[in-house]
Amino acid sequence: MTETPDSAPTRRRWLDRPGSVDKIYWSVVAVCAGLLPLDFFYHKHTELEIERYFGFYGIYGFVCCVFLVLAAKELRKLLMRGEDYYDR
Amino acid sequence: MIASLPPGLPLIVGALLIPLIPGAARRVWTVLLPAIGLWGLVALAPGSHPGFSFLGAEIVPVRVDGLSLIFGYIFHIVAILGAIYALHVRDPAQQAAGMIYAGSGIGAVFAGDLITLFVYWEAMAVSSVILIWARGGARAYRAGMRYLIIQIGSGVLLLSGAILQLRATGSIAFEAMALDSLFSWLVFLAFGIKCAFPFLHNWLQDAYPEATVTGTVFLSAFTTKAAVYALARGFPGTELLIYIGAAMTAFPIFYAVIENDLRRVLAYSLNNQLGFMVVGVGIGTPLAINGAAGHAFAHILYKALLFMSMGAVLYRVGTIKGSELGGLYKSMPLTTVFCIVGAASISAFPLFSGFVAKSLTLSAVAYEGYAVIWLILMFASAGVFHHSGIKIPYFAFFAHDSGKRCREAPWNMLVAMGATAVLCIALGMHAPLLYAILPNPETYEPYTPTHVIGQLQLLMFSALAFSVLIRYRIYPPELRSTNLDVDWLYRRGLPRLVGRGAHALAIGWRSLLDLSLDGLAAAVGSVTRHHRPGGFLARTWPLGSTTLWIAVLLGGVLLISYL
Repeated sequence: MTETPDSAPTRRRWLDRPGSVDKIYWSVVAVCAGLLPLDFFYHKHTELEIERYFGFYGIYGFVCCVFLVLAAKELRKLLMRGEDYYDR
Repeated sequence: MIASLPPGLPLIVGALLIPLIPGAARRVWTVLLPAIGLWGLVALAPGSHPGFSFLGAEIVPVRVDGLSLIFGYIFHIVAILGAIYALHVRDPAQQAAGMIYAGSGIGAVFAGDLITLFVYWEAMAVSSVILIWARGGARAYRAGMRYLIIQIGSGVLLLSGAILQLRATGSIAFEAMALDSLFSWLVFLAFGIKCAFPFLHNWLQDAYPEATVTGTVFLSAFTTKAAVYALARGFPGTELLIYIGAAMTAFPIFYAVIENDLRRVLAYSLNNQLGFMVVGVGIGTPLAINGAAGHAFAHILYKALLFMSMGAVLYRVGTIKGSELGGLYKSMPLTTVFCIVGAASISAFPLFSGFVAKSLTLSAVAYEGYAVIWLILMFASAGVFHHSGIKIPYFAFFAHDSGKRCREAPWNMLVAMGATAVLCIALGMHAPLLYAILPNPETYEPYTPTHVIGQLQLLMFSALAFSVLIRYRIYPPELRSTNLDVDWLYRRGLPRLVGRGAHALAIGWRSLLDLSLDGLAAAVGSVTRHHRPGGFLARTWPLGSTTLWIAVLLGGVLLISYL
């Protein structure tokens, strides 16, 4: 709290090391790979037909997010204006 | 004594004293006020309290039941947390406005009739705009003005609906109504504006990010959730709300992905969260109403926490644009942790508050067999995690190090964020805390293997999608920009249309004027031609021909009088 911006030591963090981001990326992949087969090991109490398919939640989540980002990227072409658009 | 006052009133009356109290005592007073209010609320007797007659209408200022209580509790709690967060603020106008706003929100959820609701409805509008204007500058002033016009407009619709209802039914009681008359549609529209229905939503994203650091925390809690309460009270089980709510969950998340102002990202995400609650109200079963109310309770906390953490960044760094931030975890580690707790809660990670709250609505939708709506809500859930759960902490605190170094947030902000974070985790880990105050006595178990594993799969694969898109540089970068939304219509479209209309009108007027002047000139010319010296009518006529003309005229008169 008493650190001032000037005296703050430029400590090298774990995240700054090369390879750390890779480690996070592969851990996410590993967690997903671990979560998917869980579907074999428990009885799903579902209300809707579609929930019963193997890996529904994971695949749906992945597809939705990729679609969301790609669609939003396209929307930028239509909707994006300069930052001062309303101030001009 | 406190318990005999209508809820909310202690805050409003206490707020009026704020300018009279000096310095540090004043700031303590702002925290004490909602605490006193909460104490009074706990002692409040259930049922409708005696009202009075006013111009032939029965006014019921206080109606206490399960639905109003859960909103009353959370409004007090967030007012306390918001007041702690704002302890460093020395501006009495903001302090008083925040408390009057909170008090009006509380009053609104206990209103037993539409006129009382209207009074609090407008008090919320007028007090909250001060939290926007207090930011200073032309931008905040204009955003506040747009906000105020729309909020007051909502109140006018509500009042019109109330008066029409009084004329049609002889009562202004605020009870469940059907969408089968003009007055119920007017009331519905009034609620819809404050609840940020699609196309009526843009005041929210326009105004909230322009408010002060502390003001946005207050704003995020009251107006929209009072509207959710009003819908749950007035229109439970209205099927239209299911579709409106589903649209609300889906479309704002596209904007949230491309928006650069991180507080505006949160405003879009707030809109998306309201959608879940509106769907719950539309389903209308006891479980679904529990879902809407429980979601509102949990949401107010984690959304406040997220706005607090982004406010702390804005306070310390001076900007909240994703394009200029990054790497702040080095300077603000505690704020980072609190933000991540808020992010995990809004994403509905198991063990966080969003999970136990959102599951209620999702299950209620599935029980009633709305498969498509359920799929939209699941899409929106993945999207929430994407933009609020990952994007907010990622671009503010991680991503590319912006090189910005600052101090950690002030102690009072840390205390407020810490306490809110603890509440988010406590509700998530111990669901009965939340379920005990839900309006309907339903038993529900959120922690089943299907729920937990399904939700973890959904979220982790969404995280995987984000990681892949970032790794392969497909993810759109944060850019300094403005994204056009419905507000374009009244900020640019309408003025342009009016401008063009005025232009056309001017041209039309000009042509009309020219034509008339030409006509006038021709008329004057013709008169001069006939009467000028030597003109046809100015000549001296012989007596005989004059006598002849008089005879003809008299003959004509005689003829007409005989006909």
